[in-house]
Amino acid sequence: MKYLVDVVTLEFFQEKCTGCGRCIEVCPHGVFLLRDKKAFVADRDRCMECGACANNCEFGAIKVNSGVGCAAAIINGMITGGPPSCDCGEQSGSDCCG
Amino acid sequence: MGIEKLSFLPRAVGVKKAAGQPAVSKVSSEWTWKDRLGEIKCRISSFRMRYTVRPGLYAVGEPSVESDVFVTANYKLSFDILRRELKGLNVWIIVLDTKGINVWCAAGKGTFGTNELISRINETNLHNVVTHRRIIIPQLGAVGVNARIVQQRTGFRVYFGPVYAKDIPAYIRAGHVKTPEMRLARFNMLDRLVLTPMEINPAMKKFPLFALIALVLFGLQPSGILFKDAWEGGMPFLIFGLMAVFTGAFITPLLLPFIPFRSFAVKGWLTGMIAVFVLMKGIELWYYKSLLPLAAAYIFFPLASSYIALQFTGSTTFTSMSGVKKELKIGVPVYLTATALSLLILIIYKLSQWRVI
Ligand code: SF4
Ligand code: SF4
Repeated sequence: MKYLVDVVTLEFFQEKCTGCGRCIEVCPHGVFLLRDKKAFVADRDRCMECGACANNCEFGAIKVNSGVGCAAAIINGMITGGPPSCDCGEQSGSDCCG
Repeated sequence: MGIEKLSFLPRAVGVKKAAGQPAVSKVSSEWTWKDRLGEIKCRISSFRMRYTVRPGLYAVGEPSVESDVFVTANYKLSFDILRRELKGLNVWIIVLDTKGINVWCAAGKGTFGTNELISRINETNLHNVVTHRRIIIPQLGAVGVNARIVQQRTGFRVYFGPVYAKDIPAYIRAGHVKTPEMRLARFNMLDRLVLTPMEINPAMKKFPLFALIALVLFGLQPSGILFKDAWEGGMPFLIFGLMAVFTGAFITPLLLPFIPFRSFAVKGWLTGMIAVFVLMKGIELWYYKSLLPLAAAYIFFPLASSYIALQFTGSTTFTSMSGVKKELKIGVPVYLTATALSLLILIIYKLSQWRVI
């Protein structure tokens, strides 16, 4: 399933990439792939801006303005003037690994 | 909230004693009926808020100094799903203190994070429990865990395991290698179905207020509130309201990929519109002796369904913050304007009934 086209803030600086593969290991949407010992952005619109890749790229090759893609959280943030914040306990009962 | 007091000490089936170590509780990979009941309560109510496990080190099977170490959150359902999938394996589990929140959400908040992991590794004395230096974190925890810092500070190399616990046995058999499928967060119809109670509950909490406003509006007469008018005029609106909750919180999430357009707001509007259209067939025009209430219904309820559907972005595994922000930027002004417009139309309708205009 894909969300809106061309909205995400994901930025990739290939010149810094060493091809270590961490981003591929952590991305839950297969946004990155490896080619000729370098990562590349294979499917940008699938990015959900979770920030796992940027958090774990040791070489600073990835930048993304990460945050929760959750309407209630963003409305909360709009009202309080702070960053989007959700009361996750009320939210997602995700049965992901753990 | 007294999380400590309410937290479960997982039913120990024995103790595991490693040489020179304090005893570690051994847990079963089987679920009891209580575990099942707990899962159901978590899925449908706010019971999830207090369903926690005490953080620390646990043993599944008969782990040795060579066995793998898995990390999870102290939301009991996360812990239960993990231990269920570890059936037949001999492994260690480290439970982080995530304040009772699942891995994915806690990683986003940072409670399932680098610092908590490092201090839990030290506190459980993991260096002496195992001789290897591998630690397996659920992939979705990568948002909060910085593998490089963990390795620098503890010597443990972080492996980001599969997204779903059920892939763990295959992952271990393959020698800690993930297939591309194991990396992807899925979101199938069943995943979506189990999330709908959490969409319907909050929407229904607002329903009484909406019902009150609708009934008062229709019942209002220059002489006071007429119960009969309130009921007769308001009834179709209450049904429309329930319908908007149904299409926004249930139909749209369930049929998500099959409804055209990518925007959740548009999807919700579309299902709401179809439902209003179908229900209108049941209300013949003479019911209100005016087109105005029907026009208000056509404006308001599809958008109510749209707004409710937009809330589902909080439960999905693929919506980005930038995308949701864009939807809201366009959506919120539309919702507010449309609500004001439908109220205005109803007021004009009332005034014309009272022959004021
Ligand atoms: S994590 Fe960074 S350096 Fe490693 S492959 Fe990805 S972009 Fe390249
Ligand atoms: S932010 Fe998340 S979804 Fe987007 S590319 Fe990075 S890991 Fe993948």
